[in-house]
Amino acid sequence: MKAVRQPGFWIPLVIVLVWGGIVLIGRQDTAREAAFTMLMSVALASSLNILLGYTGYVSFGHIVFFGLGGYTGFYFLSQHNWSLYTAALAGGALSAVLAGLLGMAVLRLRGAYFALATIGINEAARAFVSNFEPFGGATGLFVNFSAYDRYGGAGPALWTTFTVLWIVTLAVLVVSYLVKHSRFGLGLMAIREDEDAAMVMGVKSPQAKTLTFMISAFIPGMVGTLYFFKNGNVEPGDAFQLHMSIESLVMVMLGGQGTVLGPMLGAVTYQGLRGFLLTSPIFKSLHLAVSGLFLLLIVLFVPAGVVGWVRGRFPRLRRILE
Amino acid sequence: MLDQLLSSLTDGLLLGFVYGLAAMGLSLIWGVMTVINLAHGPVIALGMFGTYLLFIKGGWNPYAALLAVAGVGLLFGFLIYVVAVHRVLNAPHLSTLLATFAVNMILIGVGTAVFSTSPHNIDFPLGSLEVGPIAVPGTRLVAALGAILFTAALYVFLYFTRAGKAIRAVANNRKAAELMGIHSSRVLALSFGIGTMLAAVAGGLISTFFPFTILSGGPYELKSFVICVLGGLGNPLGALLGGLLLGGLEGLIPTFMPVSWVPVVEFGLFVLVLLVKPSGLLGAK
Repeated sequence: MKAVRQPGFWIPLVIVLVWGGIVLIGRQDTAREAAFTMLMSVALASSLNILLGYTGYVSFGHIVFFGLGGYTGFYFLSQHNWSLYTAALAGGALSAVLAGLLGMAVLRLRGAYFALATIGINEAARAFVSNFEPFGGATGLFVNFSAYDRYGGAGPALWTTFTVLWIVTLAVLVVSYLVKHSRFGLGLMAIREDEDAAMVMGVKSPQAKTLTFMISAFIPGMVGTLYFFKNGNVEPGDAFQLHMSIESLVMVMLGGQGTVLGPMLGAVTYQGLRGFLLTSPIFKSLHLAVSGLFLLLIVLFVPAGVVGWVRGRFPRLRRILE
Repeated sequence: MLDQLLSSLTDGLLLGFVYGLAAMGLSLIWGVMTVINLAHGPVIALGMFGTYLLFIKGGWNPYAALLAVAGVGLLFGFLIYVVAVHRVLNAPHLSTLLATFAVNMILIGVGTAVFSTSPHNIDFPLGSLEVGPIAVPGTRLVAALGAILFTAALYVFLYFTRAGKAIRAVANNRKAAELMGIHSSRVLALSFGIGTMLAAVAGGLISTFFPFTILSGGPYELKSFVICVLGGLGNPLGALLGGLLLGGLEGLIPTFMPVSWVPVVEFGLFVLVLLVKPSGLLGAK
């Protein structure tokens, strides 16, 4: 594999590998919680980037797959006593299948129409799950405490969840790189630049977009299961926050859309900034406004994101920063 | 049963006029510059608070306050356009979406710090009008009338004034309009201002009969998306019909199934219309 010899492939991987490793060795609960939030954002932003960055389709519905996949996984975990691993895979698989079905319909829309449709899907999914009795309706589901026993109690279960998330995040980064440097990824980027031209040149646009949508949806489905297992409950208000979709968009934009390192960098920066603002006495009540201002400045003046900007400014770094 | 149906349908339709007014602002902005204004919700909420402050602190009549809110809304729209939208107008969609969302965050952030997220309400009852079995609260009736009035004014403005014609020309073809000597930047700023104004006025009207918080704009923003798509994105007058349709649905659905299913039907319909006929049920130009 050519990828193994590229520094651009290794940089994000090594960062996450070392970071998770330190947390696992340190065994500090607070460090784990902080790293969990960040790694979750990295996984969500990177998987969104596979759709957004490579094909240029702006989706506000990324969190639908987080919610529905999380619900599915959690349902099997709590009601049918599945193990965390199979439940997470089931959550991811359901998200991917759903994305395939939805994608065949919705991906025919372009630009803002697609974006609007995904907002609609998010709201429809939230409203539907609130009324869906097997998923507990508006009150949601709770995990039975005995479910933690097979991981050696509640404490160790949290560590297991973290380890799984860590591996999922690493997997996303690998997939993100491989897609970008494949023939398939080249087709996606052609779609991003000019879909009609790409189709004329032989890119099977509908199939390629649907497949991308499925890949991009698989990850949040898994991450959702892990997140709700960690929390111990799931409810519609938590699972389908339009806000979280937009935050993921912000992270991708901040780091640089269409790059592998960018979404990761964006996710860590955004969460770091948010944590700082939330705890700082001066900005505490204004944290949302400050983040907004920050976002506005990025959108207006550095639209390519941090990594995109560096790549544009220093062509030599292009081989290293993917 | 029939009485209940009639009265809830009337309620829904009256509310529909106000929904339509809010959606009209969004639709106008989309029609003229193909921007989805994600700052629409907070502007609606600010319209509510503007009316509230003038009523409580200034002792104004809420309906007089609405006119002031409209004026401020127009200026505020100019400001948003100049600061956040103008620079990214020709960039990919993601940029304008994120720029307007950034404005959304700033407004919500500052609004939360100033007003907190506790509910407020305007206590200005106008009695109620009873026609047979149906009792209509006066505030809703006046709100619907206000929405119709603003729609009529918008129609007159767009079709019979020079500035309005310029807006339609720019919406139709910006380059051609520029070649004909229209300053497109000014027209775009004006359209954004009017769109923002309509949202603020709709918020003000809603605040006369529903309690509200700084976050209340969100649901109306989502409803506006649905309405715009029903009425045809970019067709401001279609938005009023879309609003009536949505209001009517909201009135009708609860008589057949639990209220909590209303959003499922609404957003399901929304996605369906987008898929089958993206130009809207009523068709945009």
